[in-house]
Amino acid sequence: MPLITVRDASFAYDGKIAVSGLNFEVNSGDYLCVVGENGSGKSTLLRGLLRLKAPLEGRVLFGDGLRANEIGYLPQQSAIQRDFPAGVQEVVLSGRMGRSRGLLPFYTSADKASAEMNMRRLGILDLRNRCYRELSGGQQQRVLLARALCATGRLLLLDEPVAGLDPVVRQELYREIEKINHEDGITVIMVSHDVSGAAAYADYVLHLHNRQIFFGAAKDYAASAEGAEFLSEPKRQKRQESEVHNV
Amino acid sequence: MFSLIKEMMSYSFLVRAVLVGLPVSLCAALLGVSLVLKRYSMMGDGLSHVGFGTLAVATALNVTPLYVSIPVVLLTAFLLLRISESGKIKGDAAIALISTGSLAIGVVIISMTTGMNTDVCNYMFGSILAMSRNDVRLSLALAAVVLLLFALFYNRIFAVTFDENFARATGARASLYNMIIALLTAVTIVLGMRMMGALLISSLTIFPALTAMRVFKRFSTVTICSAVISVVCFLAGVIASFRYDTPTGASVVIMNIIAFAVFWGIRLLPKRRGTVAASSIASSVASTNASTTGGESK
Repeated sequence: MPLITVRDASFAYDGKIAVSGLNFEVNSGDYLCVVGENGSGKSTLLRGLLRLKAPLEGRVLFGDGLRANEIGYLPQQSAIQRDFPAGVQEVVLSGRMGRSRGLLPFYTSADKASAEMNMRRLGILDLRNRCYRELSGGQQQRVLLARALCATGRLLLLDEPVAGLDPVVRQELYREIEKINHEDGITVIMVSHDVSGAAAYADYVLHLHNRQIFFGAAKDYAASAEGAEFLSEPKRQKRQESEVHNV
Repeated sequence: MFSLIKEMMSYSFLVRAVLVGLPVSLCAALLGVSLVLKRYSMMGDGLSHVGFGTLAVATALNVTPLYVSIPVVLLTAFLLLRISESGKIKGDAAIALISTGSLAIGVVIISMTTGMNTDVCNYMFGSILAMSRNDVRLSLALAAVVLLLFALFYNRIFAVTFDENFARATGARASLYNMIIALLTAVTIVLGMRMMGALLISSLTIFPALTAMRVFKRFSTVTICSAVISVVCFLAGVIASFRYDTPTGASVVIMNIIAFAVFWGIRLLPKRRGTVAASSIASSVASTNASTTGGESK
């Protein structure tokens, strides 16, 4: 049974349908990249997969006994976090909060070991006593990625993980995510509008434009009409520039 | 100094006021860190205005104020969270609606019953004489509960304060923890309200947290520092109010303003000197942090 099965699902935001006609499956160990322009329903779908939002119609099924506290999530950064006084270790440890702990109020040594392991794996162990808001963008993403890994051993959902990062840091982060997928067998679902970068690492691509335009293997996507258009550099760059202007 | 404190301790009303005020300012400071960071700074203010309304009603009905205030303010805190979570009315607007609404109700009820007298002034700006022996018992008991719950839920409170969506998505019961924060705040506000005054009590939640954030950079240190600042400012305020015969609530707030200014100054110091200790860290901090400090100092 697939890890996630989405059948004829649609999601609405403030009463308006944001994305509809969703039909896809994600198997254990897959690396799926969800692409599309701003406002195409990517983030809404992600909220649906996180069970923060119920589908308006259709169904989202979780197989293999996947529980809510086995999902790791790398959200887009919020305004609150930019001036939040938090230590790196505090942030990473908080990923263990959702783990089934009953009424236990404090972190166990297993929690701390997990946090340390994930900080070491992402090369941020030496930053553990630093203040989160004083780190660079790439370092902050690594901290949030370590937190997400503390929360999961099975499924990682990433919302625009490379937004606002420079190309070098972006590639590093992609490689890190690929390693997590390949070496640890963690299923990865990544939302991104950096299509060319993301599609180079993913096994599958889901292209949205308020409805499902393409779902299939990444190599088939490049050959498809939708993919060719979306991946073609000049248009793509123009689009990104206009997005920058809009921001 | 010691003779002054000794003299103060000979007045039983002052001892009662300190016994109520210390735990209240401690609880307010602890919860304040989370409220300020969650952009709920005005929550305490809104709740205290509701408390004013309930005081008026309680006086009109001639019942013990706390018995009316605590349940009503708890209910309001619950409603405020529900309204802002549903997103129909934004959090700050909902607070403004409820606080001015209950203030108006309170004023009308007072004018219909006792009339505008010194009681009203005491409700608004607090009175050190207001604490009965019964209040002390209730305050100490409730403050103990608040402290215990805060300690037990500390890690969870950090998780929902830092990133509520993450906490929710990874299976934490974020709504429950939000509710606990709101309910603990409500209890703290009601307890401190009559001494500090309905208009001033919310300063106890906001000032210490913001003061601590000037200097400290981790949630744990900010929380501890905020608690210490709050307790010290409260004691200093009470002593100053006794010595200079000023209203207690306002004196405590003045002490908090001074502490805030001092901490702000401490933060500015190393920057002005430029290259003192750990210059490499400081400069990288300054560059990455340029935007955040700019936002904060507003």
